[in-house]
Amino acid sequence: MEFVLVQTLNGISYGLLLFMLSSGLTLVFSLMGVLNFAHASFYMLGAYFAYQVSAQIGFWPGLVFAPLLVGALGMLVERWGLRTVHKYGHVAELLFTFGLAYLIEEAVHLIWGRLAVEYRVPAELDGPLFHIMGSQYPIYRGFMMLVSVTMLVSIWLALTRTRIGLVIQAALTHPQTVEALGHNVPRVFMLVFGGGAALAGLAGVIGGNAFVTEPGMAAAVGPIIFVIVVVGGMGSLAGAFVASLLIGCIQTFAVSLDWAFGGISIAQAAPVLPYLLMVLLLIFRPKGLMGTREG
Amino acid sequence: MKYQPLNLGRWVLWSGTALVFLAAPQLFSASFALTLMTQMGTMIIFALSYNMLLGQGGMLSFGHAVYSGLGAYLSVHALNLAGQGAFPLPLPLLPVVGGLAGLAFGILFGYVTTRRAGTTFALISLGVGEMVFACSLMFPGFFGGEAGISTNRVVGQPFLGISFGPAIQVYYLVAFWCFICMAAMFALTQTPLGRMANAVRDNPERAEFVGYNTQHVRFLQLALSAFFAGVSGALSCINFEIVSAENVSAIRSGGVLLATYIGGVPFFFGPIVGAVVFIFFVVALSGFTKAWLLYLGLFFLLMVLYAPGGIASLILLQIPVIRARRFGELLLPYALAAGAALVALAGLIGMVEMVYRLSEQGASTVLTVLELSFDARTTPPWIAFGAVLAAGLAALRQAARFVSARWDSVQQSLQSGTA
Repeated sequence: MEFVLVQTLNGISYGLLLFMLSSGLTLVFSLMGVLNFAHASFYMLGAYFAYQVSAQIGFWPGLVFAPLLVGALGMLVERWGLRTVHKYGHVAELLFTFGLAYLIEEAVHLIWGRLAVEYRVPAELDGPLFHIMGSQYPIYRGFMMLVSVTMLVSIWLALTRTRIGLVIQAALTHPQTVEALGHNVPRVFMLVFGGGAALAGLAGVIGGNAFVTEPGMAAAVGPIIFVIVVVGGMGSLAGAFVASLLIGCIQTFAVSLDWAFGGISIAQAAPVLPYLLMVLLLIFRPKGLMGTREG
Repeated sequence: MKYQPLNLGRWVLWSGTALVFLAAPQLFSASFALTLMTQMGTMIIFALSYNMLLGQGGMLSFGHAVYSGLGAYLSVHALNLAGQGAFPLPLPLLPVVGGLAGLAFGILFGYVTTRRAGTTFALISLGVGEMVFACSLMFPGFFGGEAGISTNRVVGQPFLGISFGPAIQVYYLVAFWCFICMAAMFALTQTPLGRMANAVRDNPERAEFVGYNTQHVRFLQLALSAFFAGVSGALSCINFEIVSAENVSAIRSGGVLLATYIGGVPFFFGPIVGAVVFIFFVVALSGFTKAWLLYLGLFFLLMVLYAPGGIASLILLQIPVIRARRFGELLLPYALAAGAALVALAGLIGMVEMVYRLSEQGASTVLTVLELSFDARTTPPWIAFGAVLAAGLAALRQAARFVSARWDSVQQSLQSGTA
């Protein structure tokens, strides 16, 4: 019972982290049609920037500055990179972000080395939050959930209640009309891309010390968030939310179960499960959980 | 990309290619050159098979290493079984085993992946690639775990004195298969399937109206491409005598994408150029600097930004100018641009290498260029290399304007000349 409860909480906090990543990816995809391969690299950069800032001034400034830095970088990438390749079509844009992911990973290798850096949970967030039936629940997990939920609620409010949010929503489906009404759609693209990058950066700030900050972290989480986007249905935010929680829970449960089928325990099979889920879903429901478009 | 039926030219081209394959080891006989060329041959098949998807079928795959890697795994097991005397298997036919394995997995996975096209296909291929890679750590019996599975390519009695032990014999085996596969893949582009793949790439809706099932066309194209990927996997298994999880990894899949794109996706011979350049980067450059992946990534980004047709398109663009005997006019701007690019590159390399020396623990921070030593921990070299980079970029900008002005004027006079 306590096992289920603790694992569910862990799964939800991991799932929320995944949703912070996949929501930015989905928004950028539905707005610009660009699948940002470098999205997980922004997540990694967020963790490394936060590590650097927290080594100099402290964790809390890092929580603010690192996402802003990553967001600014994202805007630069959109303005000087993506906009240039836009004329060659979506495949070229995808390839551009793919090359960028390579470049960011190598830059991280060059600047911070190939080993994991010591980016730690700050002392005031270290320790148990509460005890459930004898087992501890760390404060930091709760903090992660708090940050993710605050962020997601504010984004939801921004998207539905503010003027710029309405423009973004309109530009999702009718970019030409929005442009004809006098809004600067390329600038909206730039803002959304930067916003998505900042969101990924924030996920990196809180995920980097909960897990591990190393050059392989982008390659480890990248495919998972792409699976989430496919499973949830391309371009569906609600679908991405459900899929994030689903995959977050599947992964946390699977690694801690040691039931075995035919010599392979579930814990061993854990890395395969998200992909297996994707393949099965594609066979039986090609649109994804909540997708609307086919193909 | 108009296709011109110049059959005499085609014969000359293909026999020329065969001659190059035959003569290359005589010209570059060093053992390093031989390993380089053997790997290039393998990579050429892999990149061409990848271009059957990306270039001819419009399918951007991020998991092509699955087919070459699984082909390599099955070949290594077949080779080991043959070595134990379970069944007779002449080494030159091992690529057939690899190819059939690739084909089988192509049919299996292709059934799922080709249900969708475009971006979704790209994502699903990535997912399948990750799935196979994750499986490789789950089933150590088949995949050999971390260490991989090693083998010995010398099996059975030497035939006519050929044991395939020496590297030169392996080179000729790879060259033989490379030539056969090149010809086969080129022939495939001329078949109705190859043409339909182009149609499905360019306008799937219209292809469907004509009465073709686009999913079926994509599926066939992927299965055949997986066959050739499997052949290249078997050849790499023969060459390295070891197959590990790296063979099915996303690094391999990304590598073949980079190679193909750098070479030139819209042209049949593009991936050949790309494979040669890519192997040069991977094998030759990685011996000089640890930052080779950064340079490769940067090169790839520049190609995506400024030359989406790859190196092949840059070469082909020059042909009409050379035919009109106007190339001389472009020589000066090209030389200037190349000079400026070299200066910028020198500045960039200097800075990258200094960053690397600072970050790696235990590395000496003192660098020596042209007998001039300096310490990366001090400021002056940073200013110097920064200035070189900035000057190079500024000069490159000017030179690029010069090139495009000259290029436009040549093109204009060419067009008015033919009209």
